[in-house]
Parts: sequence; C-alpha cells; structure tokens
Amino acid sequence: MDPSVPISVSNLTHTYGERKALDGISLEVASGEIYGLLGPNGGGKTTLFRVLSTHVKPQSGDVRILGYSAQTEAAAIRASIGVVFQRPSLDPKLTVQENLVHHGLFFGVRGRDLEQRARAVSERLDIASRSTDRVEALSGGLQRRVELAKALLPDPKLLIFDEPSTGLDPGARRHLWDDLLALRKEAGVTLVLTTHFLEEAERCDRIGILAEGRTIAEGDPGALKREVGGDVIVVQTRVPDQVCDALKREINLDSEVLDGQVRVTAREADTLVAEVYRCCGELAESVSVGRPTLEDVFVAHSGQRFEVGGVDA
Amino acid sequence: MPDSKPILFAAIYSLWKREVLRFVRDRNRLFSSILQPLLLWVLVGSGFRGSFSTELGGGPTYLEYIYPGTMMLILLFTAIFSTISVVEDKREGFMQSVVVSPIRSSSIVMGKILGGTTVAVGEGLVFLVLAPLVGIPINLVSFSATFGTLVLIGISMTGLGFKIAWRMESTAGFHAIMNLLLMPMWLLSGAFFPLSGAPEWLAWVMRINPMTYATEALRRVLYYPTYVSDETLPGLAVCLGITALFGLVMTLWSAHAVGERDRGVR
Repeated sequence: MDPSVPISVSNLTHTYGERKALDGISLEVASGEIYGLLGPNGGGKTTLFRVLSTHVKPQSGDVRILGYSAQTEAAAIRASIGVVFQRPSLDPKLTVQENLVHHGLFFGVRGRDLEQRARAVSERLDIASRSTDRVEALSGGLQRRVELAKALLPDPKLLIFDEPSTGLDPGARRHLWDDLLALRKEAGVTLVLTTHFLEEAERCDRIGILAEGRTIAEGDPGALKREVGGDVIVVQTRVPDQVCDALKREINLDSEVLDGQVRVTAREADTLVAEVYRCCGELAESVSVGRPTLEDVFVAHSGQRFEVGGVDA
Repeated sequence: MPDSKPILFAAIYSLWKREVLRFVRDRNRLFSSILQPLLLWVLVGSGFRGSFSTELGGGPTYLEYIYPGTMMLILLFTAIFSTISVVEDKREGFMQSVVVSPIRSSSIVMGKILGGTTVAVGEGLVFLVLAPLVGIPINLVSFSATFGTLVLIGISMTGLGFKIAWRMESTAGFHAIMNLLLMPMWLLSGAFFPLSGAPEWLAWVMRINPMTYATEALRRVLYYPTYVSDETLPGLAVCLGITALFGLVMTLWSAHAVGERDRGVR
C-alpha cells in the first residue's frame, strides 16, 4: 500500500455486541489535509477514532494508516502518528516538561534530542514559560496545548485529534485552530479530527458526516452546502400572503410561506435579493439572504435534525 | 523498528519514575497507606494482648506476632493504591496515550509494577524502623533478607492489583474486590492468627492462599536466622518460591491483559 496516503479505510464494520457502531465505513484522507469526522454523539465517531488511533483493532474491513495495516502493524502505526484524546492524557501531578519527556521516552527519543524537541514544541505552542509548572496548575486551554505539544514531540506526519474544542472557551478555541493551521502549513502534518461542532467542521478541508455508523456525506464543507441548493432569501413580514402575491405578480418569482416567513430558494441570490427588496417595498420588515449550513446538509442526508451541543459539549 | 531494547528500558524507566514521583508528591497517599495499618497494629495488637496465649509461655506478644502481617498490609495497601489509579487512568488519563504509544505491552506492565513495588517497599522499610521496639532484632543479614522479601511481595501485590484494575470499569468495582477478596486474603494469611491453631476447614483456605506464604516468608526473614519454624508450613525457600511464582504469574497475566490492544478483544 502507498505510505503517502495517511489514511485509507475500506468497508470498516465494528460492533459492540448487537449494536453496530460502524457499518461499512470507507474513507480516504489525503496528505496535508485537514479532515473532519462530523457527527452527532453516538454516530460512530468515537469508535472510528479508537480504530484509527490503534486503541482497538478493526473487526472487519481494511484500515491502512500511513500504508501500515491496523490489523497487523499496529506498532509501526503507533510509532508514526500523534494522538490527542478528548479526555486529558497528561499526568496532572507532573510538570509540563516531565509530561513531555515521559512521552518522548515512549517513542524512543532520548538525551539531547529529547531536550531539544521538548523545547521546540513548547516554544511552538507557546507554553515554554510554564514548563516547570505542574499540569494541574494550568488552565484548560493551556492543558489542551500541552496535550498537542506532547503528541507533536515525536514529530508525527499524521495527527489524530478527538474533539479538539472540547472544554475550551472561544478564545482558546481560536488559538488552538491557529496552531493547527500553522502546523499544517509549516510541518505538512495531516490532521484528522472528530467533532460535533458545526463551526469546527467548517474549518476542515474535507469532512465526512457520520450518522448511525455510516458516512452519509463526504466532501468539502462548501461543496456539501452548495449541493443542498442555492441561497435562501427570507422576508420577514406581517403579511406573508400579500408578499407572495406581489413577488409572483411583479417579478414572476415562486415563494413559499413557512412559520410566517416568506422563503425563496434561488441558485444565486446576490442580484435577486435587491429585486425582492424593491418589490416588497413597505410590506417587508426585513429581507435577508442565508446560505445552507452544515446542519442543512445533515438534515438533507439523514432526514434528522443534528443535535447541536450534545451531552459532553 | 521502534520496539528495540533501549526503548523498552527507557519506557519502563519512564513509567517507574512517574509512579515514584506521583507517590512522593501525593502526601495523602504517602501517609494513609502507612498510618492505617499502623493504627490497626497498635490498637489490635494492644487490645488482644491479654487474650493471646503464647505470651504466657514466653512466646511473642500479640503486638509482635502481628508485626509481619502489618508489614504485609502496608505493602498490600500501597500496591493497591498505586494500581487503583489504572482504572481511571486508562479511560481518561495518562494511560490512554501509553496504550497507543509504540512500547510493548510488557513494558507498560513492568514499569507500573516496578514503580508500585518501589513505593511499597519504601513504605515497608519505614515500618521496619519499629521492629526493634517489639523485640525483633534487626541485623544486616535479616535486613537484607527482609528487603529482598519485600521486593518479591511488592511485585506480587502490585501485579495482582494491576491485573484486577486493568479490566475494571470503575474504581468502585475495585473497592468491592478489595473488600471481598483482598482483605479476606490478608486476614487469612496468618497475619492475625497462626494456621496451626485454626480449624481444619480454615487451615485449608489458608494453605491455598498465596498470601499465607508471603506473610510466613516475611515472618521468617525478619527473625532470620533464629526463627523456630511453624511446622505446619513449608520452609523459607518454599515460601519465597511460592511468592516469587505468584508475582511472576501476576506479571505475565497482566501483560496478557494489556496485550489485548494488539489482539483485538472487544
């Protein structure tokens, strides 16, 4: 198999007793890509993460990580990937530096090389000034950065990141994403992450949407949203029926009334919205243009609402 | 390959060091694993003083009799406390990343067991300071023999704790096992009463209890070479042998459990 393909999964099925957590998943992640696994809790993300990170062996189907088989070459995979867990994996009683050094030793990094790498990742992630502090004394955002530093210390070409934003405030979340983007740009690291945040999925190059153990949609977030349809023009008004009539009569535009709003679906709304505005005149309180969101994508493919902000959000 | 020997040792060293650092930095653990047995020893030892018959015949006081068993309990407690962390650690802590690191399953087990053994033996040696107070003479020979025995017992107890902890879903489950299995094993190890005086059915339970041989070995090395052996139990060499074998079996069994990550159980 081609070692330049970071992840190649075909027909992966994983069951816990009777329950199918993964039901014939196939996906391929390209080098240097940021790939997001989006799905509601219970959709199969966690199981897929556990398989990709070599925590559990694939039960059936073929999983190749950097060309190695997850079935038979787990040790080689472990040596070449970085994994960041959703739950903390740092020892809170140890200092930042000690945590990094321990992790390096597990990967066969030693002596001066280890010192240099620990310093390099600490500087890269802006935690160098805290290296002698115990992890328990750091804020959640800083701890998350130490987790990332730890995973990066052995210099992996592929980073697998479970729910990057969990427990982070918006500022820390932004900071983390700046780090991830810089990492991809400067070190060419391929990043695979799981998320149940739509905003986080938006920032990925490509996403795979998981529901009930299947990939229900895959592609770049923009393209997926475009597939759903064009733009949506929404007219807020007290007299929706009159607006509907006016639009039909004056500019021959079909529209529908939903929850007291007038909605027009159009391929390209940028010029149309001005006409609608002119046409409605006094009847409209406001006219807005909206684009389909990833939630609309999820709804379109699964027929269900995406539960935003699940239990552990 | 990433799994060469130097890495194996570095990983074991790393896990060992972590265990020792955690222990030293956690004052609660440092004291509780020695204070509880110490309290038990003083209270029970003093309370039963008059009821214990060998004292009349010039044998040891009860405080002296249960001294080796108390040392055993200190090792058991320390070993259990250092392995109980594995339960949480594996699901939401440090062990998560250890499990997906390229080190061998055997190094994970060895690092943890050696770390737990080190702190357990350390606590045991602290307690050893009190031996002369109850009339157990400590010389260089008996000290060395005791040290070696403590290491064997430490490995057995930490290995046993690790095996239990690895598959455990919650620390509450571990506590249940502690109360229903480990404490009775300790009570029936000759720590509180000798096998020779126990009713036959209980004597049999004690004979198949591996901790009996650990306690007996400890009793014998503490008095080495003057101890008049309990005729109902085999000699020191056999006691040490059984303890070592138990430690080995527990270590291998633990390594087998951790090896699950490569065999794909669950």
